[in-house]
Amino acid sequence: MKRIISFVLLAIVALGIILSLLYIPFGMPKTKVGEHYIEKGKQETGAANIVTAVVVNYRGFDTLGEVTVLFISAIGLSAVLATRGKKIAKKIEPASAILYTGCRFLFPLILLFGAYIFIHGHLTPGGGFQGGAIIASAFLLIYLGCRGRRISEKRTKAVESLSGLVIVVVGLIGLAVGGRYFLSNFLPKGILFSLFSAGIIPIIYIAIGIKVGSELAFIIDRLMEESE
Amino acid sequence: MIFVVSFLVGLMLISAIAASIFKDLMNAVIASCLVSLIAAILFYFLQAPDVAMAEAAIGAALVTAVFVIAIRRTNRHEE
Repeated sequence: MKRIISFVLLAIVALGIILSLLYIPFGMPKTKVGEHYIEKGKQETGAANIVTAVVVNYRGFDTLGEVTVLFISAIGLSAVLATRGKKIAKKIEPASAILYTGCRFLFPLILLFGAYIFIHGHLTPGGGFQGGAIIASAFLLIYLGCRGRRISEKRTKAVESLSGLVIVVVGLIGLAVGGRYFLSNFLPKGILFSLFSAGIIPIIYIAIGIKVGSELAFIIDRLMEESE
Repeated sequence: MIFVVSFLVGLMLISAIAASIFKDLMNAVIASCLVSLIAAILFYFLQAPDVAMAEAAIGAALVTAVFVIAIRRTNRHEE
């Protein structure tokens, strides 16, 4: 009896979802905002990558909120996992020579790739969040391959706070100097498709990349410490 | 092209169902990692490389690592 009732309920929910999906015209432009971004985005922001122009320039304040959410979740995790008392120093079994050497060889290359992603965020696909996640995965590789190496908690927090401060300060300077709103562009836009273009977008995205990378690396550090 | 996409979508469905069926949680985590990886490839096909990179880096790498660490701390097999 229970099964029949749950099946009927599932069928009703599925019917509702199908009926509501039938009314959505997929692939059709619903609003004028998207068209405006695609047509005028490059002239207004100077960024070749329109996604970056939207994320950092048009809705930069929301991006600051996203970064803050990540920051709060990292703090919450470290509060939940806070270890009281002394840590028992266990002897960690070292990884094999091939794994150790491979990880040490790959680590700087992955860091370089992550930095490339967020420095070129306004020119090529990708940006601060993606580059930061790649940098955190490099630290994950170090934790798995070269056991016993840790990153300093104080330095991670310092780097994270400083990069967060850079975003807020640049936004406030934009508010004071440039225009009417937070994070408005006050630097020259430069030539399209060149590295030093798009005003404050590269500065903000580099700060976001470093902030996200250090936050995610800190989360992984806390979890790995718990699991050992 | 349509064959590649339909093959990938089929594989994604199979691994998503497998992730919910597996009793060994490590296998389930690897299957859900496969879902994220195929989703990243599909995002790339749909001309959204920004989302594809985020999905590959966060969904396939970091979330899987967090799950594996959590499984190491708790039981590996579902009751």
